[in-house]
Amino acid sequence: MNKKKIQTISDKKRQDGSKHPQIVLVGQPNCGKSTLFNEVAGYRAVTSNFPGVTVTYTRSHIRIGDRVYNIIDLPGIYSLTSLDQADLETQRYLLSERVDVIINVIDASIMSRSLELTLQLLELEIPMVLCLNMIDEAKRKGIEINTEKLSDKLGIPIVKTVASKGKGVKSLFEEVLKMVYFGKKGKHIRGNRDVELVIARLKRILTQNLNNEIPFSKHLLATKLLEHDRFFENKVKQIRPELMEKISACRRELAISHGRSSDEVINAERHALSMSIVEQTCTVKKPQLHWRDRIDEILMHNIWGYLFLVIIFILFFNLIFRVGSLIETPMVAFFERAAQSINTQLNPELLYTVILTKIFEGIGGGIAIVLPYLFPFLMGLAFFEDIGYLPRVAFLMDTFMHRIGLHGKAVIPAVLGYGCNVPAVMGTRILESPRDRFISAFIATMIPCAARMTIIMGLVGYYLGGNWALMIYLLNLIVVALSGTWLSRILPEVTPGMVLEIPVYQMPRLKIMLRKTWLRLKDFIIIAWPLLIAGSAILGLIDHYQLTDKVNHMLSPVTVILGLPAEVGTTLIFGVLKKELSMLMLFQALGTTEILTVMSKTQILVFTIFVVFYIPCVATIGVLYRQLRGKRTLFIVGFTFILALILGLLTRGLGELIF
Amino acid sequence: MIQPLTLDQIKKDKEVVVVEINGGWGVRQRLNQMGIHPNDRIQIKRSGAMGGPILIQIHGIEVAIGRGMAKKIVVK
Repeated sequence: MNKKKIQTISDKKRQDGSKHPQIVLVGQPNCGKSTLFNEVAGYRAVTSNFPGVTVTYTRSHIRIGDRVYNIIDLPGIYSLTSLDQADLETQRYLLSERVDVIINVIDASIMSRSLELTLQLLELEIPMVLCLNMIDEAKRKGIEINTEKLSDKLGIPIVKTVASKGKGVKSLFEEVLKMVYFGKKGKHIRGNRDVELVIARLKRILTQNLNNEIPFSKHLLATKLLEHDRFFENKVKQIRPELMEKISACRRELAISHGRSSDEVINAERHALSMSIVEQTCTVKKPQLHWRDRIDEILMHNIWGYLFLVIIFILFFNLIFRVGSLIETPMVAFFERAAQSINTQLNPELLYTVILTKIFEGIGGGIAIVLPYLFPFLMGLAFFEDIGYLPRVAFLMDTFMHRIGLHGKAVIPAVLGYGCNVPAVMGTRILESPRDRFISAFIATMIPCAARMTIIMGLVGYYLGGNWALMIYLLNLIVVALSGTWLSRILPEVTPGMVLEIPVYQMPRLKIMLRKTWLRLKDFIIIAWPLLIAGSAILGLIDHYQLTDKVNHMLSPVTVILGLPAEVGTTLIFGVLKKELSMLMLFQALGTTEILTVMSKTQILVFTIFVVFYIPCVATIGVLYRQLRGKRTLFIVGFTFILALILGLLTRGLGELIF
Repeated sequence: MIQPLTLDQIKKDKEVVVVEINGGWGVRQRLNQMGIHPNDRIQIKRSGAMGGPILIQIHGIEVAIGRGMAKKIVVK
């Protein structure tokens, strides 16, 4: 039963998209793989989720000559060992989808570590081209690579590239095309005789017993089983559990003869192999010193590092919000005028007009978020990413983030949240583990964004004073830290700590940054924008059919608990659409801008705190859904709503004592 | 029993050799992926403030290692 099922699934997958040859990019993180992809992919490239998980890969059609090829950029992996979700998905893809040619991209300046992955990929027995990327970086480090010798040793073609400058990309694809049509597999590199003997024996056992059931290389399967890799172990267990005994015997043999566990033996073997290949094919001369080698003396310094971190982020935010508001104000004015002219041209009483105006306002609202804030923001993020500053931030912040159960990198989306939650949630993608992404997205949605800042300032700051506004920010920080800690406690981490490569600084390229930004913007445009437009239309309908009272009535449980005037009900719905609307609509609903005449200080405080914490705005919900899917998005919506209710209630009690 | 010397105790700018990795399969594999194995030479570049991570150089790559992880790497 089981066997059949597995086969039919993989058969079906193989047929998908089989029209065009599939070229797959595989490489270690920071090897410039995505840069290479963006260099060749068209603007129609799409990011897709692997089925059921949040790990994404990017694919695109490319046209070479008169033929179309599918090019797929898999997540970066250090080895074919299934340690995290990205590893697992990349592995699953390589083992069960149709792959015509692998382009193994490696950072030529760190040959020995990169070749360890190459050796494993060779075991897959799929036609492959080795792309020695960042060859300029290698030269600077004084590394000369004899490509002919290396190509001879590995049995695959090798092309030198500098993807970040577009160099060598053409000849790379010439080699790839040759491979598509005359695909030839590389060599297995042999190591120590006694280890090879055990691998060969296990391979024979596996070939005899599993030849038809497992469609990929038995050589790879043998070494991975000796490495105790659970993914492969489970595959065997499902089909032929009785084989496990023989596998254990092989593992024991290696462990006894080498005095350490078989996975260490295989790892050490592979390490030694790649070191020896490097020794035989590369010469290292004296490296040239570069300004980049000195800059970390300051940027990662125990004191200066933090100082510069703060300065850099303050400058970044100021730049975005100064520039953003400069563009936003006239833009909003323009759309308001335009909406009004629609209203005057057509009969404003008609349903048609109402919907048209509201849709128009929704479109305008989207543009007013995207152009002034999101675009520069994502560009900035891409800049920090490409230049290599983000891992440094992670290094500096690791000790703080550890206290709430995350590690260093998670600080970035949280900080971004103060600007706008939408890019903050999108920014959680820089984290590797789905669990960390979830927790940091959860934290990011509770950070008061710029829109909520206008409410805090406009209501509490204006009517109760600046200190009260500051208190709200402090309260928020405490609640965020506590909730984050709580969530990471109930989702304990499996990885024991941070191990993060700090890559050398790279000069970012505008073209690549624009590509990245566009890919991320597309998510917003597809998911969040339509929601904004639909939401706007619905509000128009509520108004048109004079349902405001009914809505207020429906929301009366909330307003009664919080001790707020019933008219406030609808403003809460507006707030979900766009946070700043809840304040603007408050003025409208109460019919005055002199709020103190109709609401007490306590009520103002309760209203503000509720609005700051409750349900993220539609645009944020949209990207949350895209990133986390329904269940977790629903959890965040529910949690923030209940949290806001509790905090509002507490504030109400406290306020009645104070005022 | 003498406490073994671990990576987290090493001062900045020192060079050490990895003796063994005192961790389970996951820890071993993760460090293996970064190119850290027994007998490898490690240079300590930086030690983060307030229990922050340690920055090492190995085979020409810089890697940040959290304190908890560094405690599992026995060196000499």
